[in-house]
Amino acid sequence: MLRVFRSKPKYATVRSSAPDGERRDGDPLWVRCDSCSSLIYKKELHKTLYVCSHCGFHFRMSAWERLRMLVDENSFQPAEPLVSVNPLGFPGYEEKIAQSQEALQLDDGILIGEAKIQGHSCVLGIIDFGFIGGSMGSVVGEQITRGFEYGIDKQLPVVIISGGGGGARMQEGIFSLMQMAKTAQAVGRFSKAGLFYLSVLTHPTMGGVYASFASLGDIILAEPKALIGFAGPRIVAETTRQQLPPDFQTAEYALKNGMIDGIVPRSELKDTIGKLLSFHL
Amino acid sequence: MPTVFDWEKPLVELEAKIQELRSFVYEQGLDFKDELNELERKADKLRKEIYERLTPWQQVRMARHPERPTTADYIKLVFDDFVELHGDRKYGDDQAIIGGIAAFEGEPVTVIGPQKGRDTKENISRNFGLPHPEGYRKALRLMKQAEKFKRPIITLIDVVGAYPGIGAEQRGQGLVIAECIEQMSFLEVPIICIITGEGGSGGALAIGVGDRILMLEHAWYSVISPEMCATILWKDPNRAPEAAELLKLTSTDLLKFGIIDDVITEPLGGAHRDHEGTGRQIKAFLRRYLSEVKKIPTDQLVEQRLERFRKIGHFQAVQLEESRVKL
Ligand SMILES: [Zn+2]
Repeated sequence: MLRVFRSKPKYATVRSSAPDGERRDGDPLWVRCDSCSSLIYKKELHKTLYVCSHCGFHFRMSAWERLRMLVDENSFQPAEPLVSVNPLGFPGYEEKIAQSQEALQLDDGILIGEAKIQGHSCVLGIIDFGFIGGSMGSVVGEQITRGFEYGIDKQLPVVIISGGGGGARMQEGIFSLMQMAKTAQAVGRFSKAGLFYLSVLTHPTMGGVYASFASLGDIILAEPKALIGFAGPRIVAETTRQQLPPDFQTAEYALKNGMIDGIVPRSELKDTIGKLLSFHL
Repeated sequence: MPTVFDWEKPLVELEAKIQELRSFVYEQGLDFKDELNELERKADKLRKEIYERLTPWQQVRMARHPERPTTADYIKLVFDDFVELHGDRKYGDDQAIIGGIAAFEGEPVTVIGPQKGRDTKENISRNFGLPHPEGYRKALRLMKQAEKFKRPIITLIDVVGAYPGIGAEQRGQGLVIAECIEQMSFLEVPIICIITGEGGSGGALAIGVGDRILMLEHAWYSVISPEMCATILWKDPNRAPEAAELLKLTSTDLLKFGIIDDVITEPLGGAHRDHEGTGRQIKAFLRRYLSEVKKIPTDQLVEQRLERFRKIGHFQAVQLEESRVKL
């Protein structure tokens, strides 16, 4: 059998100042809200967990920032590191990976390991949108699969924070498509073992990520206004030539249509996850 | 008029010439045997040259040939006594996916597949073969029914993708695809998937989890259509031929990758040139693979199916020092 996660003694502990994955683009001091266009002082944004103080829009967060926001101090133990290869020889893929690795201080699109959230141990996976759109290639698929396998082994719940624009990672072609099957099956096995899987959808969760492990949670939560769906809104608009409903594919739309269990503002996310974990001991 | 691709033109012209000479010989009683033999030889050579060296994009075009058999045609050609079953019991009946029970060489099986229209009118009622969530729910319902009655499941896959529509999204297209993939993985009956034409992304995978996965020679199967890929890469869908090369979506590629188990060779020139011949080929492959998987004990069947997908992926483990994930 595969050795799923690293052996315990090798686990390091969280330093108080983890690498910063803040967006480096544009103005160094100010950022414009995607939703209400207000100018927000970047330092302010940091304090509000990247939520617009004017309209409540939830900005994307890096995986590292999410980790700091969610886990108990010094509790995160990362999984064995895996990196992507270029199975199809897709032009420009290695460069894209190298850039994302450097910018985000990640090996690939997911930060995953064992962690404690409000004292409850779990497997925690966080997808980073900044890493090639948060897409799922072989590494993300394998890490998620190993995460669920580790969960079965250790009888731990799994929490996955999803956020990916494209879903599958086009550069890995059919191998990336097959990760949908692999991860969905991992969830299936985990579920049959009677264990608890909480899926949290953040802006945006689309395509192959949404159409596999992300929508198979025992409980599915979303952040306010997160874009959630299978086909991108532009493709839907072009295909149907219809006016899209104003709230189309938002978390609110998914909730209204019965596709998710609830919407949780970021400021309450840790508490809510902690509470749900405590119900599944 | 049958659709003729540019690259087929020299062959089609030669075939017409042979036909003409034949009828001339027949009508006039003249002896052109040597000439005819020579032309036939030339045509054979040309056929091989053309169809054995198709580019990935030409393969995609072949898979989309308007006269290529559809799922309903294959059901007629390969199975007997098909009884179509409708509806998802929840919302509606999606005409873009057909399914039901049929006999394969005397034994009942459940057959499911997306259905494209043969003409504009049928295409509209079938939504151009692009399924809605209720279509996938119907497929799943029929698969579970098959499991209950211990019937093998055969899926025939020819779909560009799940429909990107407002209603489809509203009713949980992504969620339904995930459910199909997951639940199909654990069904305790043999499943054979045959990609007959287009294998477009999640919309194909939703009915593509099986114990044996076969693919017709000129079919394609990919994470994204070449047009969409070209749009993302170069903002130009006209560069789809280049994208088709990059995506490695042909039956030859997928066999090499171990994603599929076998390639069902089509009659030379493609399935559209010989429906019956293609049906016979599918029958022969199905017979062989179905008898193979039926021998696998039920408890091992699901394990082997899961193992098959568990292994898929290319990555590398790195030393902790090389990892970017530093605490
Ligand atoms: Zn705002």
